[in-house]
Amino acid sequence: MELSRRTFLKGALVGGAGFSLLGFDLTPAVAQLKELKIARATETRSTCPYCAVSCGVLIYTIGDKAKNVTPQVIHVEGDPDHPINRGTLCPKGASLEQDILNPRRLLKPQVRRPGSDHWEDIAWTQAIDEIAHWVKKTRDDSFIEKDAQGRTVNRCESMAWIGGCTDTNEFNYLVVKTMRSLGLTYLENQARV
Amino acid sequence: MSQATLGIRRISGHAGPAPGDDVERDYQVCKLIDTTTCIGCKACEVACLEWNGYTFTDTVFDNSYQTMPETAWNYWNLIKFNEHEREDGSITLLMRKDQCMHCADPGCLTACPADGAIVQYTNGIVDFQQQNCIGCGYCVSGCPFDIPKFNPTTKKMFKCTLCVDRVSEGLEPACIKSCPTGCLHFGSKDDMKDLAETRAKQLRDNFGFEKAGVYDPAGVGGTGVIYVLHDVTNPEAYGGLPKDPRIPFLVRFWKGPAKWIGNLAMLGGILGVTLHYLRFGPKQVDAEKRENGGQP
Repeated sequence: MELSRRTFLKGALVGGAGFSLLGFDLTPAVAQLKELKIARATETRSTCPYCAVSCGVLIYTIGDKAKNVTPQVIHVEGDPDHPINRGTLCPKGASLEQDILNPRRLLKPQVRRPGSDHWEDIAWTQAIDEIAHWVKKTRDDSFIEKDAQGRTVNRCESMAWIGGCTDTNEFNYLVVKTMRSLGLTYLENQARV
Repeated sequence: MSQATLGIRRISGHAGPAPGDDVERDYQVCKLIDTTTCIGCKACEVACLEWNGYTFTDTVFDNSYQTMPETAWNYWNLIKFNEHEREDGSITLLMRKDQCMHCADPGCLTACPADGAIVQYTNGIVDFQQQNCIGCGYCVSGCPFDIPKFNPTTKKMFKCTLCVDRVSEGLEPACIKSCPTGCLHFGSKDDMKDLAETRAKQLRDNFGFEKAGVYDPAGVGGTGVIYVLHDVTNPEAYGGLPKDPRIPFLVRFWKGPAKWIGNLAMLGGILGVTLHYLRFGPKQVDAEKRENGGQP
């Protein structure tokens, strides 16, 4: 059979169009995936604030730190490089994102006065002033210079210090120096990080 | 928007096989859940919610430690707590992480009539593509583990994705990462089977669980989530894990032979009409009817 160039081209065109119309497609089937939500996020190392184990966490934040941008925490997960938890977290720690993005999160110091039944907001300066005032007063009232046998002890037993697991080594150093200088003996700085 | 894609091995409701399903060989990913070291802390539940962006829903108290009786469309991962009486009469808690099993032969995908609503990627993950989902709920009837759940607001089905967005970027699923006791493992199917068998042997030899074994049901072609159980002969004790899960016969029949039977019937009809035409010719209208204007 003689096949002219024209006939061949005609046949190829019509045949190809026909196959395409019938949905004949040899490209491999692929599905677009949901974007990895932490792909462009900033990774910040931090410490879980809940218990004394103080697991390391990674906090993922979006926003490129430009002047007009408020960064937003989008995800928190365990830090695989942290020797304590090696990437794992407990249920409470795994929910840290919702602790950060919580409308009920405390952002200001609060005080509950003696005999009061509710907490009230106070300013940072006022809080620091009042704490200093009460520390001074308590120490002045209850400082023990000498014990019953006349030995010099210079201690203040009516105050105690409790640290938190996110306090750093350097912070704890300062805490111990300061509290010992006040004469505190009940001192637990929860040194973890 | 990222352009990340993953090859597909099977597509639901699709005529013919998925094109290009054999062009590249991918590792089969697998989750290993060692129920013997689970302490029921539910870190995996929280991590799952957190990663997938669902807020905490109200829990349902049902006289157990379980968060709610069943998984929900926005709660893909649930630890099932089961009080189990040992042979000596003492009570033990069996805890099992319930989620999509990512079957090699998925019943949901077999049952699904919507083209591309359920896909199985080349790495074995079974995923729902909600943009193609028509919300018919057939996947529920196909799933032997009762996993797909309906979202009444968007009228779409949802289930665990095995964190395919993380896995395709080389990260482990969120639940695996959080597990503090290390009872969850993630890797290739071969590695996980190996690890599971080693652990089961350890339980049999050293800890007195003579029936300890690996749950990787062959009825659905093996699963992408395998369990190490204290007593592999009685998986029902772990919150209704089916002993021999299979895709229901009606689903298989409807999606397999019924289609061919229907096609054959249609072809037979066409053939019959043609043969009738050739044998008897076109239908002749009676002369009497023609005179009456078509009326008898």
